This record gives sequence, structure tokens and C-alpha cells, in this order.
Amino acid sequence: MDRELILALRGVTCRYPDAPRDSLVGVSLEVRAGEFHAVLGPNGSGKTTLVRAALGLVGPVAGRAEILGRPAGGWSRRELARVVGVLPQREDNLFPQRVRETVSLGRYPHLSLLGGMGAADRAAVERALVACDVTDLADRWLWTLSGGEYQRVRLARALAQEPKLLVLDEPTASLDLRHEMQLFELVRALVDAHGLGALMITHHVNLATRFADQVLILADGRAVARGTPADVLTRETADRVFAWPVSIVPFEGRPQMIPLRQRKEAP
Amino acid sequence: MKYVVLVGAALATLAAALLVGPANLPLADLFGSPIVWQLRLPRAVLAFLVGGALGVAGASLQALVRNPLADPFLLGLSGGAGLGAVAAIALHLPGPWALPLAAFIGAVGAMALVYRLGLMGGAELDPRILLLGGVAVGAFAAAVTTALVSLAEATELRNAFLWLWGGFSGASWTTVLVILAYAPLPLGVLVAAARPLDLLALGEEPAQYLGADVRRLKQGVYLAASLLTAAAVAVAGVIGFVGLVVPHVCRLVWGRLHRTLLPTAFLTGGILLAAADTLARTVAAPRELPVGIVTALLGVPVFAFLLRRWTVS
Repeated sequence: MDRELILALRGVTCRYPDAPRDSLVGVSLEVRAGEFHAVLGPNGSGKTTLVRAALGLVGPVAGRAEILGRPAGGWSRRELARVVGVLPQREDNLFPQRVRETVSLGRYPHLSLLGGMGAADRAAVERALVACDVTDLADRWLWTLSGGEYQRVRLARALAQEPKLLVLDEPTASLDLRHEMQLFELVRALVDAHGLGALMITHHVNLATRFADQVLILADGRAVARGTPADVLTRETADRVFAWPVSIVPFEGRPQMIPLRQRKEAP
Repeated sequence: MKYVVLVGAALATLAAALLVGPANLPLADLFGSPIVWQLRLPRAVLAFLVGGALGVAGASLQALVRNPLADPFLLGLSGGAGLGAVAAIALHLPGPWALPLAAFIGAVGAMALVYRLGLMGGAELDPRILLLGGVAVGAFAAAVTTALVSLAEATELRNAFLWLWGGFSGASWTTVLVILAYAPLPLGVLVAAARPLDLLALGEEPAQYLGADVRRLKQGVYLAASLLTAAAVAVAGVIGFVGLVVPHVCRLVWGRLHRTLLPTAFLTGGILLAAADTLARTVAAPRELPVGIVTALLGVPVFAFLLRRWTVS
């Protein structure tokens, strides 16, 4: 079956103005409908730059970034927001807001200048609330939510955009185990049930290999490995990328990484 | 429903402004009196329009610089306008339009300077630098203004000082028409930016991911809000706190979405300033208080209350 190609990076190299070196060097990636991709790598390895290049916020100095066959930089922000829903790492809440209002912001790229929310827009908001299991929270103020609930609400906002691709930048940072698992399960379910493409930046190697179809490991802006979890997460690669000795053990057919204690030699 | 209430309140305020005044007109003579048609009505309408413009400019600028405590005059415009006006007074420029024009030029000059400073970081306006640059330009202009005032003669000094605190004693139908011709364009730009302004509250990058063209948005909103404020200051002097307090009150009552916030801020700002001007010209009659003093006396307690609420939550 040939699934629709949503995001394609072909040898993308990026450099910020005045930066001493390239932030991203010749990285390639293809995300198709119904695929869950995870991007791994230490801090400063270029993960966020990869997302910015994919979404046309940073222009590549070499290579091409394309969304649905068009250069990422050639989309207007409004057009792109109808195709790609993003959970950035950080955002502010300058003024108090309720959950349903927040999710409704996801409809903005679909609304005309003077028109209001129509029945179709409200239906999309309700579907997104249901899909992320936050219907019960709809009338709550945002500041009363737990970290896990807040992330699910933001995911609902991205879904309300009715995108083909979800991009998530470390969505489970600072979540406890239960909420972290819930979020990974939710993203997996959305990919399977709605045929969305998903691209998630994460530090959780073991969850990435268990939930994602494809894994990309970045180090110093270069793609160190790309492919299925079993192909990518080997001891040699992990040792090198994370600069720490590890052991790789299989669990339910997926590789899991166990960091090793540093043995101190007795004098 | 909210618009019915607000428009009703606006009409009531305007009616009250026509009824009261130092010249105690009998009710029966009211509609035939030139005092009502040539003085009180244009003055009340002008105060309403200026208050509305300041409310809308304040609401948009608070979203733009992403600081809920921003005021339209914080961006250096009051300093520039004050400098222009005091220079016009010191130089004895003739004609009824010399002072408002000089104030407008001063405000636009300050705006251009602050805008240029805001672009220093690169091709994009940096709202933080806009705020800092506004404070710096305003302080510089205030220093020059004070130097001019201190060198002026006593009556000129009094005029200049009173002008800086704002007032509508010079209001006429001509001024009203000038504002009516001028304000719709910047107001239209801001109303068209209502939804992207909602998104900007999340931050610049998240706003882009939800479809806002942040770069054009920042430029358009800054220029439109500043031009509105410049016109307001040119015809009425520096009237503080309307642009700061009114958006907050409207957010508390009607929510934070700009599609509602901007129209309600216009009506509420208009009501507040028309009422404040009625007070300013009646409490100490036959003398007049500068209306900026009335708005400050009313606004500072409200502001303190809001500040407390903000720091508690």
C-alpha cells in the first residue's frame, strides 16, 4: 500500500545567522500518513531545528524541505496550519482561558476574516475533545489542569486543526509515568485510527522504540541512524550518541536501552 | 445582549453630558441652545471617540507586547506628543491647528524612533525592545519638554502644563469630523487582526503554528495602534489609564477573545472618557480640571486592584 507522503526532508542543512557551525547537516526524513516517527538525540543535537526547518520557519541553506510536495517555506502560515498541527515545547498563557476556548483556537486557520465558528467548526472541536478524552474538562480554566491534562488539551487543539501531520516537541517532558504513557498511547491511537502522520521529539528512548514505527537519531546536527527501532537502537550507536555505556535488551520485540553503572576499580 | 447594554450606557452618558454644565440651562431650552449643539455635544462625542480609540489601542498593544500592564502611552507616544505641543506653545505657532498638528508630529516621530529601535535585533519587531525603547524615548522627550517648560513664561507654562494633562475644551464639530475620517482605517486594521491577536497571547512561535503571520501582524498592529493613539493625543492631550484599565475590565467581564474585546473596549473606553470629561468640567465649575487628572484619580485605584489580583493569581 502506498501511503501519502506528507513531510519530506532531503539532505537539509541549516545554519542560524552568526552561528559558528551548521545546526543541521544533510538530514533526510520521510513521514507518510499513518506513520509515527520519533526523533532522538542529546540536547543541542538539532532536534528543534529539524522541526523548524520542516515547518518552514528556518530556510535550509542546502537541501529541500517539502510538505505535500510543496517547499515548506512556500506555504502561508494559515495554509500550513490546516495541514500540520504542532505542540511546541513552550507556550504562554497571558490571559486566563478555558479549555474549550483553547481547543477552539485550533479552528482559527479555517475561519474567514469576518465569519464566526460554524456548526462544522464546533463539531471538529467536540471531536477533538472526545479523541483526547478531555470532554469533562471543557469548562475548566486552563490553570486548574494538571500537566498531563494540559498536554492532552493542547493535543486536542492541534487535532481541531484537522491536520494530516502532528508535530510534537518533547510533549512528555515533566510528566509523571502515568501521564507520559497516556500521551504516547494517545498519539499512537490517533496515528492508527485517523491515519495521521506523527513526528515526535523526545528524550525517552525506550518509549520511542516501543511506540514509534521509525526512529531518527541526531547527534551534532547529523543523522546518526534512521530506520525501524530494532535497526537503529544498537549498543554501538547508543554508546556513541549518548556518551554513556549502555546495554540493549529486547522487550516485546523492541530494543530497550539500559544505562550501565560506571564500575569503579578498587585501588 | 452586551452590545445593547453598552450602547444604552453610551447613549445615557452622552445624554448626561448634554444635560449638565456650568451654564444652568432649563430643560425646555435644551434642544434649542447653541451651548448644547456647538459646545456640549461635539465635546461629548469627541471624548467618546478618543476614549474608544484609547481602549482599542490599549487592548491591541497589550496583546502585541504580551504585557498585560502595557498602556498605549508607554511606547513613548505621550512624550513625543508632549514635546511637539510644548514646542508649538513655546514657538508661538499661530492658528487653531498648530498645537494638535505639532503634537501629532511629535507622537509620530516618537513612534518612528521606537519602531526603528524595535527592529534593531533583526528583521522582526521585538516587543520587549519596543517596550524598553518606548520608555527610553518617552523619558528623553519628557526631559526636553521640561526644559522648554522651565524656560517659558508663566502663562505659557500654565497652558503647556494643562495641555499635557489632557482636555476637551477645544472640541468642535471640525475636530469630531477629522477623527471620524481618520480613525476607521487603523480601527479596521486592528479589528481585522482580532483572531491573530488571540493567538499571539500564546507566544510568537505557537501563534505561527496556528496560522498567524506574526511578522506582518506585529507591524500592522503596532502602526495602527500608535496612529490611533497619536490622533487621540493630538486632539485631547495625554489621557492616561483609559488604555490600560478599560481592556482589563472588558477582559474580566466579556472574556479575552479580541473579536469581543476590541468592540467592547471601544464602547467602554468611550463611556468612561465621556463621563470623566463631564465630571472634569462640572466638579470645579466654572473652572475645569484636566480630564487626565480625573481618569488618573479613577484609574489608579482600579489599576492597583487589578495589579493585586494579578500578583495573587
